[in-house]
Amino acid sequence: MGRSDHAIEAVDLRRTYRARTGWLRPTRTEVEAVRGVTFTVGRGELFGLLGPNGAGKTTTIKLLNTLLIPTSGTARVCGFDVEKDTREVRRRIGYVFGGDRGLYDRLSALDNLRYFAELYGVAPREQKRRIAELLDLVGLAGRERERVEGYSRGMRQRLHIARGLLHGPDVLFLDEPSIGVDPVAARELRRTVADLAATGTTVLLTTHYMAEADELCDRIAVIADGQIQALGTPSELRRRADGRRVVEVEAYGVPESAVDALRGLPGVRETAVEARGALQLLTVHSDAHVDVQGDVLRELSGIRLGRVNSREPTLEDAYVAIVSAA
Amino acid sequence: MRTVRMLAIGTLMHVKQISRSPFELAIALVVPVVQATLAVYLFRSGGEEHRLLEAAVGAGVMGVWSSVLFGSGGAIQTQRWMGTLEMIMLAPRRPVLVILPITIATGLTGIYALLATLLWGRFLYGIKLDFAHPVAFVVAAVVCVVALGMFGLLLASTFVLMRNANALANTLEYPVWLVSGMLLPITVLPAWTSPIAAALPTTWGARALREATSGGPVWPSVGICLGVSLLCLVLGGLALTHVERRARAAATLALA
Repeated sequence: MGRSDHAIEAVDLRRTYRARTGWLRPTRTEVEAVRGVTFTVGRGELFGLLGPNGAGKTTTIKLLNTLLIPTSGTARVCGFDVEKDTREVRRRIGYVFGGDRGLYDRLSALDNLRYFAELYGVAPREQKRRIAELLDLVGLAGRERERVEGYSRGMRQRLHIARGLLHGPDVLFLDEPSIGVDPVAARELRRTVADLAATGTTVLLTTHYMAEADELCDRIAVIADGQIQALGTPSELRRRADGRRVVEVEAYGVPESAVDALRGLPGVRETAVEARGALQLLTVHSDAHVDVQGDVLRELSGIRLGRVNSREPTLEDAYVAIVSAA
Repeated sequence: MRTVRMLAIGTLMHVKQISRSPFELAIALVVPVVQATLAVYLFRSGGEEHRLLEAAVGAGVMGVWSSVLFGSGGAIQTQRWMGTLEMIMLAPRRPVLVILPITIATGLTGIYALLATLLWGRFLYGIKLDFAHPVAFVVAAVVCVVALGMFGLLLASTFVLMRNANALANTLEYPVWLVSGMLLPITVLPAWTSPIAAALPTTWGARALREATSGGPVWPSVGICLGVSLLCLVLGGLALTHVERRARAAATLALA
């Protein structure tokens, strides 16, 4: 197997989930989760995969890390085909996902790491040193003999990362690792990820958090509806929102009809509504040369409003623009 | 050597994980004792007072079987819930080496049931632990546990593929108790069950333990039990490789 310049190569990857429900009159359903995804990730690159829920991020990661077989298309990791050279790929990759699951709760962190070190083929005489090193790296040294069931979510996430790095993988897949993690822990996690990339580990990261992607990633692919909608460096993607202006309005009880009316205003390109408790945050994208703020406030007259802000677009706005256009 | 080490550490970790669950421990200890109690009264009413130790051992073996059956099905399902199934299947190992420690661990934790029924019989009903072949009994118990673990591997290969593995496990518990002659002699069952019984390692394991308890040629049963279970290991290993690929195609390693 020749050494490839790319750590990851995906060519026209597709994955369809088929399900059957009912016995007497079975109903078959098909969902195309990934529809022709093509991209490459260079060795040592930190590559972000961004997209809304159900966009196909996790499915793409699982196709690349051998947990799923592609319906069609091909993918190679470190030059090895994910379908045919499964074990070779697995030797070279680590997989970490966000959330509480994926660990043996009734075992200690040390036992979890010992078990996975055996499974992942870490040489017995290296295990002790490697585990100590990783516990230090993720800040769990001194707590390793406690059962995982008593760990906070942040601690579990750090243990996940230590587990993913046990065998010194060339490529690390991080699937929303900062989900549900408090801001301080998330910052530490970002530092760990950046350090890993700096030492030559290729990282494929999926996240919902723009700031995280902006801070960490060399390149970002925005995926929506199972297809890559945009791919480039964060500054290249930010330029996708060039020529736009963003008005943000905090409001309470905005009816759908008012949002529709905003969409019809001259110069308005997109609108989005995000619920934040009792508050709704209205985001209105418009052409930069058109001042829509007055029109927007006029349409919302009679509705209780909070802060109103007009600003330059950010990476998040670019992301919204890309996903909305999908 | 490293594979043996991996299997041993994997088994130890899964024994720890199972043994630290109060729920699983309670099930492993209480249900076999209830079954043994029923068996003792059945044997007494049938005028077979001399076979009470057999009742205790038989109920214990039923407990080992339940542990393996629900352990293999339940453990796969539990691991799916815990999100660990994907993580262990992602290891660069043959699937059989990943799953075998789990099923052997379920056999080992089934020993709790056997010990519970023996102690219950001794202290509550005064049943003397007077084994015809005490050494053979210990050997047969170990072989029975390992054999059932290997049988569990064959079951697990189907459980990896099925999202509702517990449903299959529920239907297998009682028929295998009956057909294997864990409490009743298989001679009283219809003739058509004999080939099924002969193919099950549970039949030979239960028979070896019964012979070690009340007398009889233990070693042939132990040998056949080991042979059948090794066949299960080979078949389970082959099936798992196939099934792992199908699970990746059908996306059944995870919950969603």
